[in-house]
Amino acid sequence: MLIKRKEFLQIGSLATASLLVPKFLKAFEAPRRVPPGNKVLVILQLSGGNDGLNTVIPVTNDIYYKSRPKLGIAKEKSLLLTGEAGLNPALTTFKELYDDGSLGILNGVGYPNPDRSHFRSMDIWQSASESHEYIHTGWIGRYLDAQCAGCDKPTQALEIDDVLSLAMKGEAVKGLAMKDPRRLFNAANEKYFKAIARTHAAGDDEQPVDYLYKTMAETLSSADYIYKHSRQHPTSAVYPNTETGRSLKTIASLIFSDINTKVYYLSLGSFDTHVAQEGQQRRLFTEMNEAVKAFVKDLKANNRFQDVLLMTFSEFGRRVAQNASGGTDHGTANNMFFISGGLQRKGILNALPDLTDLQEGDLKHTVDFKNVYATVLHKWLQADDRKILGKQMQYLDFV
Amino acid sequence: MVVTNLLKNQHLLWRAGFGPMAEEMHQLATVSQAAYVKTLFKSSERKPTYIDVADGALKGLVMGLNELGRQKRLNEEERRKIRQQSREELRSLNLAWLNEMVNSDAQLREKMALFWHGHFASRNINILYQQQLLDVIRRNALGSFATLLQEVSKSAAMINFLNNNQNRKDHPNENFAREVMELFTLGRGHYTEQDIKEAARAFTGWGANLAGEFVFRKAQHDYGQKTVLGKTGNFNGDDVLDMLLQQKQTAFFIARKVYRYFVNEVVDEDRVEWLANRFYQSNYDIRGLMHDIFSSDWFYDAKNIGCKIKSPVELLVGIRRALPMTIQNEEVQLVLQRLLGQVLFYPPNVAGWPGGKNWIDSSSLMIRLRIPQLIYAADELNMTPKDDDDQMMGMKAPVMDARKKKLGSQAIAAVIDWKVYLRNFSKVPDEQLIASVAQLLLVVPPSGKEAVVRNYSDTSNREAAIKSATIQWMSTPEYQLC
Repeated sequence: MLIKRKEFLQIGSLATASLLVPKFLKAFEAPRRVPPGNKVLVILQLSGGNDGLNTVIPVTNDIYYKSRPKLGIAKEKSLLLTGEAGLNPALTTFKELYDDGSLGILNGVGYPNPDRSHFRSMDIWQSASESHEYIHTGWIGRYLDAQCAGCDKPTQALEIDDVLSLAMKGEAVKGLAMKDPRRLFNAANEKYFKAIARTHAAGDDEQPVDYLYKTMAETLSSADYIYKHSRQHPTSAVYPNTETGRSLKTIASLIFSDINTKVYYLSLGSFDTHVAQEGQQRRLFTEMNEAVKAFVKDLKANNRFQDVLLMTFSEFGRRVAQNASGGTDHGTANNMFFISGGLQRKGILNALPDLTDLQEGDLKHTVDFKNVYATVLHKWLQADDRKILGKQMQYLDFV
Repeated sequence: MVVTNLLKNQHLLWRAGFGPMAEEMHQLATVSQAAYVKTLFKSSERKPTYIDVADGALKGLVMGLNELGRQKRLNEEERRKIRQQSREELRSLNLAWLNEMVNSDAQLREKMALFWHGHFASRNINILYQQQLLDVIRRNALGSFATLLQEVSKSAAMINFLNNNQNRKDHPNENFAREVMELFTLGRGHYTEQDIKEAARAFTGWGANLAGEFVFRKAQHDYGQKTVLGKTGNFNGDDVLDMLLQQKQTAFFIARKVYRYFVNEVVDEDRVEWLANRFYQSNYDIRGLMHDIFSSDWFYDAKNIGCKIKSPVELLVGIRRALPMTIQNEEVQLVLQRLLGQVLFYPPNVAGWPGGKNWIDSSSLMIRLRIPQLIYAADELNMTPKDDDDQMMGMKAPVMDARKKKLGSQAIAAVIDWKVYLRNFSKVPDEQLIASVAQLLLVVPPSGKEAVVRNYSDTSNREAAIKSATIQWMSTPEYQLC
């Protein structure tokens, strides 16, 4: 069931009749419940620049093996998907999802004039800017701006982290970061904060101090709201005891509740494998693989797999050729995974990267990542992608 | 709101510096602004000492390499070691500059330097280059903007960050030309794409060697005719910088940015015009511009007081000035900078830190509110900053994970020296203590919150009351403002 925009706004704003109470104080009142069945997006950021060529391996490509005499993964070792593509051996769950029709792989995703600085390229991905633009808001943040103007809680988008990413920051509305619903901000002083927040009386014209109190009140009430929902239907499934495992377990528990969260964000890293890549990538992939395995199993058991889309991205891929330290250096275009029980198109969605057509040793992108955002915003989250991205991007057909 | 003499002085000290020191709080109610302004400028006149934290071995290696030319190629392992050391030393540079901000009486210069540090943002892990650029900025912070622009443009940090080493005749790299117009001088909308292309040609051949010295590579310079901003000639890079300075728009752009940073994000266009005209006529005298602001009446208007959200660095430095303390574990200040979104020498991009409401989200606000308690009660932070692969690059995974864990669970481990601070309240009657603390710490009146703070303070004796109320007032949204 899709929630209509009007309904979403109603739910999102937790509207009450009391017009006299300043809006942010309403945040302390009891929230209304959200009907289940709505679409949820989970974004898994692979920080540090994951090596896409050793993730989806072009197993019949001579250039690949010539460029990576030491690092190249042999066809027999890979988990074969088609005659020409295999997955990294650590991604067994992804292979099962592929066979199951629940995995989409998009190749050659990037943007024009790629930047090889982690920070900058991550900014470009998170803000959905062009490489020469500097935008201080993120694409999910602007989704919040568009969808919940007047919302009392920033819980429509949650990041499982201590620090909020740029992606989650809108102009007016910002998502919320928390690592563990039981201790949203670790505040020994929580009672004092609540008391002081309650005392604040905002004037008619919003001053900076009112903005701070508003954020404070929203955060405190969101903490309670999230905690309550995390205990509504806590999952009893077993997840691996890794950071990604714990995070996806938290997310699953919230997905099973009727919390109003539409987007979850989490990161795994560091994939910055300049040295000794094989072990490092295997370690991270194993963590991802096992956590995703438990997550998908849990979603299926609770009939939510149709409604949840998990997508992965990284700020860039790595160079085609290996370096001298058993690693790879910063590159450009990369692949993305889409996992859901509700994919419209599945499997390998487009051609593998063309290794005969490189730019100074790097892959040329064939799909702009903003096309993915537009697709997810428009088709999955029913949002105004044009407004959020500032332009009309082409839609893809995986959802 | 009545703007008292006390409030005016607090406002001045927070904007022209990093807030009042414990020692000077007692005189804030009586000293005139004119006297304070004079002192601020006077104490910033001295030439700053070069902050040098770089290890001798690294310098020697770099110099040696320079003599050998580029013949000796370092192997990957050696290069990684250098980068690693450089990153470690950037942390020391960060802390050393932070200490200057806390302890230096050249408050205005350091504050101005922080402004230029964001304006001429350069992300570069080379410690030698970063030290140089910081010195350029601190030396010229209150000097001539023309000189500052020229020296920054020729600094190795900027040349490398904006790829001008790759800007060659027939293969121009437009990065520097674009940013110098968009971010350093004119601002968007006051030049064309064609201007950037042509200006880039004028900057061809501008490079820096390993030791961080500017070099002009004649063979790479394009000596042809260029047309920039409507003028045609055989321009070089210096000519283009001069032409940018001749544009009155540059004075407007800088004056506006200074106004937003030092006065109010909501710009009064008439004031900016007045400031910009005088700035232009003075040949870009920064000292004059700042003097115009701090000696004006309108700077002290109620609407300009307490309307700014402190940057993380302003907040941390401000706390340390009000409450002198010994920090055993200095590195935790870097963790806080990262958690709060402002790490010195790691601006988000060439546009610098966006500031204002961008500093605030649910996480960063709650961390800000927790800091005083963390210092006072020696709680553990128990938060993990995000990875920054630009900073971590090359570290092996186990080393990095251990470091992350260690960073996240650190205690601030500070010992506050209360003596001087407490003296400010010696004449305050018991029942006025809580309000009096608020008055010295806040520039936004915390209307109606005194009772709550009293409730959550330890009023068993005067000293405990002052200390606990100080921590509680510092843990309010009001304290985030200046």
